Amino acid sequence: MSQELAVRHGAWSDTPRPLALLLQILAVAEADLRKLLHDPAELFTRMLQPVLWLVVFAPVFSRTRVIPTGGLRYIDFMAPGVLAQSVMFGAIFHGISVIWERDQGILQKFLVSPAPRVALVAGRAIASAPRGVVQALVVYLIALVMGVELQFEIWRIAGVLLSVMLGAAIFSTFSLVAACVVKTRDRFVGIGQLLTMPLFFASNAIYPLSMMPNWLQVLARINPLSYQVDLLRALMVRGGHTVLGFGTDVAVQVLWLALLIAIATKLYPRIVI
Amino acid sequence: MGPAIQTIELTRRYDSLVAVDHLEFSAAAGSIFGLLGPNGAGKSTLIKMLTTLLPPSSGTAMVAGFDIVRRPADVRSNIGYVAQMLSADGDLTGYENLLISAKLYGIRGKERAARIAGALEFMSLSDAAGKRVKQYSGGMIRRLEIAQSMLHRPDVLFLDEPTIGLDPLAKRSVWDHIRELREQFGTTILMTTHDMEEADSLCDRVAIMHQGHIASIGTPAELKAQAGPEATLNDVFILSTGAAITDGAEEGGAFRDVARTRRTARRLE
Repeated sequence: MSQELAVRHGAWSDTPRPLALLLQILAVAEADLRKLLHDPAELFTRMLQPVLWLVVFAPVFSRTRVIPTGGLRYIDFMAPGVLAQSVMFGAIFHGISVIWERDQGILQKFLVSPAPRVALVAGRAIASAPRGVVQALVVYLIALVMGVELQFEIWRIAGVLLSVMLGAAIFSTFSLVAACVVKTRDRFVGIGQLLTMPLFFASNAIYPLSMMPNWLQVLARINPLSYQVDLLRALMVRGGHTVLGFGTDVAVQVLWLALLIAIATKLYPRIVI
Repeated sequence: MGPAIQTIELTRRYDSLVAVDHLEFSAAAGSIFGLLGPNGAGKSTLIKMLTTLLPPSSGTAMVAGFDIVRRPADVRSNIGYVAQMLSADGDLTGYENLLISAKLYGIRGKERAARIAGALEFMSLSDAAGKRVKQYSGGMIRRLEIAQSMLHRPDVLFLDEPTIGLDPLAKRSVWDHIRELREQFGTTILMTTHDMEEADSLCDRVAIMHQGHIASIGTPAELKAQAGPEATLNDVFILSTGAAITDGAEEGGAFRDVARTRRTARRLE
């Protein structure tokens, strides 16, 4: 009976479970990325913010020379922070698409498929990674024009790309959790604003941890964005180094991603109720 | 072979409201079963439970041979579902919509290519396969969605208001395709509808739901005979629920229902 069913349904029963899961994750990501290929304009609507930070804010602020950057020029100090925040903003916005798909009824179709919930969540996280890479490209171009002392060794570039993909996955899953909680687009836009600014300012993106009052430092050390920035700062610019440690930077971010995926997996089915 | 759908004391509460109340009914394998009822009667809640989107508050159901509470993943492998809302992805082409579905259901290689081509052909969509779905007409989208839900050859197919918002011609074409599905694959089909003509011409059996219960159940002919000589299904509906179905569709229903219908209509333009 079960064999007959498998043949008839072309179903997963003849496939090892981890492989089936991987293929389902990729199918979810593929749906998202094919849409992006049809309409890539979305990628470039988010260029303005990094331009403002690097072209307007950084030159003005660097004149003050009051920020302890660990020997870096301020614009060099800040460029990795700008990259991290632009990836974060893009990824958090990406989460809103889940509400759109829920309203359309597209999500229900995924939820009645045999794909486990965790595949639906992880697929979306993966789909946000290429978006992060495009953000990196944009920020590198602007930074190059502004004379930021970027480093181009292959291993550093690879490190930056992996790091940016990890950051995009973290914050898009974070926004997925938020979307599952608020459920409507209007409320999400409000929440999105409410979340992104505190995440940004309670991080080391534009000033170092050492400058912060204690209470803020505690928050910044929980904030995954701080670890993303710390990692990027060590990889991207000449003279940059990690304050928190490579191992810690990666470990904390991976833990955050695992935690968020677990929460999102739990909440995801409720979004259609 | 037992019934394709069998509910056992199936119940769903929302706070104080009992949307589906200790419901017991069954649908025979290979039949087309129609679910009628005014908005708020519990039809959508029932379908959501049977498709495992919503856990029951108590009771359970057997769908395609599996318990919806204990083995939801097995249920999902063996059912297809076309939601009331237009659920095909408008930003993807028809082909891509089918491709992603096939991948989610583990249909691979030559079999995948063959089934996608077959589904497009069956639903008369081969020429439009490369176009993005947002350029499709309402009827084409519905046919695509049904094709998508049939790729993995489910035993049971759930259709929630399959012809809502379609013009008469598109409606007939969807009906023809539903009939053909049953002929060709022996699929059991459970559909909700507001359309008495649809229920009458398409369904082997219909149940009229009212306030979370089944008010009447039988073949369309039986129900009409019970209601009196020359009664229509609409008369049966009024007798069962105390409301004309047109009232239910046009005046009843929460803002959400109205908004949803309008949104559906807007996407069809």
